[in-house]
Amino acid sequence: MGWTSKILRVNLTEGTAKSEPLNMDWAAKYLGQRGLASRYLVEEIDPRCDPLGPGNKLIFATGPLTGTAASTGGRYSVITKGALTNAIACSNSGGYWGAELKFAGWDMIILEGRSPKPVYLAVIDDKAELHDASGIWGTSVWQTDEWIKKRHQDPMMHVSAIGVAGENQVLYSCIVNDLHRAAGRSGVGAVMGSKNLKAIAVRGTGGVRVRDFKAFMAAANAGKKVLRDNAVTGQGLPTHGTQVLMNVINEVGALPTRNSRDVQFEGAHDISAEAMATPRKTDGRKNLLTNQACFGCTIACGRISKIDESHYTVRNKPEYWHASGGLEYEAAWALGAATGVNDLEALTYTNFICNEQGLDPISFGATVGAAMELYELGLLSKETTGGLEMKFGSAEALTRAAELVGKAEGFGKELGLGSARLTAKHGKPELAMTVKGQEFPAYDPRGIQGMGLTYATSNRGACHLRSYTVSSEILGIPHKTDPLVTDGKAGLVKAFQDATAAVDSTGLCVFTTFAWTLNDIAPQVDAAVEGGWTPEKMLEAGERIWNLERQFNMRAGFTAADDRLPDRLVKEAARTGPAKGLVNGLDKMLPEYYELRGWTKDGVPTNETVARLAL
Amino acid sequence: MHVTLKLYASLGQYLPPRAERNEAQVEVDDGTTIGALLAQHLVPPEACHLVLLNGIFQPPAGRTAVRLADGDAVAVWPPVAGG
Repeated sequence: MGWTSKILRVNLTEGTAKSEPLNMDWAAKYLGQRGLASRYLVEEIDPRCDPLGPGNKLIFATGPLTGTAASTGGRYSVITKGALTNAIACSNSGGYWGAELKFAGWDMIILEGRSPKPVYLAVIDDKAELHDASGIWGTSVWQTDEWIKKRHQDPMMHVSAIGVAGENQVLYSCIVNDLHRAAGRSGVGAVMGSKNLKAIAVRGTGGVRVRDFKAFMAAANAGKKVLRDNAVTGQGLPTHGTQVLMNVINEVGALPTRNSRDVQFEGAHDISAEAMATPRKTDGRKNLLTNQACFGCTIACGRISKIDESHYTVRNKPEYWHASGGLEYEAAWALGAATGVNDLEALTYTNFICNEQGLDPISFGATVGAAMELYELGLLSKETTGGLEMKFGSAEALTRAAELVGKAEGFGKELGLGSARLTAKHGKPELAMTVKGQEFPAYDPRGIQGMGLTYATSNRGACHLRSYTVSSEILGIPHKTDPLVTDGKAGLVKAFQDATAAVDSTGLCVFTTFAWTLNDIAPQVDAAVEGGWTPEKMLEAGERIWNLERQFNMRAGFTAADDRLPDRLVKEAARTGPAKGLVNGLDKMLPEYYELRGWTKDGVPTNETVARLAL
Repeated sequence: MHVTLKLYASLGQYLPPRAERNEAQVEVDDGTTIGALLAQHLVPPEACHLVLLNGIFQPPAGRTAVRLADGDAVAVWPPVAGG
């Protein structure tokens, strides 16, 4: 079956690593990965604990299809209490690390306590040991990856690590595996840093068994055919990547620009997929070299880029002349439109720094955008920024800020707080484009109304991946809805949230859902593991997971008052584009959403809902 | 009259030679529809997945009915997605 049925429990305080059986009763209700690990977290930590204290736990979890032959079946998630948000965090990553953990014979790793000194965990098949990390503490993700492989004399190891940002507990630091795939959001890297854990290196030589091999291969191959034949997953994403959205979202007037003062960016084309694929005037070469796939993926949307060697950012830094992870849409938006910077090479360099030092580019870019607005209002000066002229549109300010935050130096320490804490410190909390402390991503809710409800109700703080209604409101997948109206969006958001929670619990990539429905996914899950998984049962599990996360947050102190948007989005109308004159209508959507969820008007799951979902 | 034609992703190949940044100003006759504009530039109808007129989505059925006005902007993409 798709499970190894083993959990690795590591007590960092004691320095022990032990095997224990996977709770199969919970797996039958919460599926895996996001759902199952959230169930463990709810059981094992006090929701009011300090996320950076030893009472928090950090869980690396795979799904039932991780490591199998299912397309995109290489995903894992990191579940913990988020350092940035104080809410439940679940950050999902691709690459090869998740599948390798399964091959080593483990479904999940639970890390608890805090090591008295820097360590890294090496998992080689059934052997798990903590090792001294003093030799790599203070180094980057990239240096750590190379050092560990040399130390173990094994280039086939896969390493998931924090950079200097995580060590210094930058609140939006992330965990990076395979050099440029990341569990990016909510500050999971800071939690890892607080535990003095530098990296988890994995090598597995086993395989993954499935419950019914013939049925599984039939379902997996049928799914791959659907992905291949679909124009989006078969051609659009591999050719253009997610970055193709830059001009789309700008054209519909929903591209948050200069800390959301505007909804359209005049420099959007300069930082788009089309620009990445156009030869540069400086050296005649394209920024984009090729696409790349994660483990088992037949879509291959990843971008591999190379910076112009004559660009000011790398002119005397040959260590950045190699090909590496290029700009995805969210990163290009945050580093570009949110800051008003249209220098594609500067954005690519900043993206490299984010990967190298382990920073979430969404929160970093949005925080720089907020700092730029503070600077233009005179609330930050060159004295407080250490000489940086934090003006909108300044590529120099952006790239220097990335270097400072990555190393937690000077003004970088302040930027490392994130935009909510930074703007509050300078007396302008309303300038933070955040929900539950987390910066929202690349869709302005004035131009895409459903995304306002998505951000406001997201359990991990503002996030597009919890219910990507852009798919329906802009792209027409699975059916087109009007982005400028609020009618029907409560039901749309709930449907996306529940289905996505299920997909995030399987080990698959959510991008498959541009072509797949749960009708394509459930047969693959059902053939891999016990449980009688149908589309209906998966959707019910998704709703259960959503409510479980909600309950955790309520016990952590969140209330309906936290289901809100920044004032700018509900009081300041869009100035240009199709949404000109509109604000987000969250107040119209939220009561209906609570009702559809089976929650009270205060956003609390009713007793009937709790009983129906067997929480 | 003049309208702005914007063709993105793989449709960029159908832009007139003078186009920059994936867009070009083109002259059209009064009464020209979106569909006619795209046909004039040999853009395959089956490749036109997302069609925006001044940023507003145009469903397939309306593309041959909606007549352009001077200064309009038509932007078109093949099937694409992101996140």
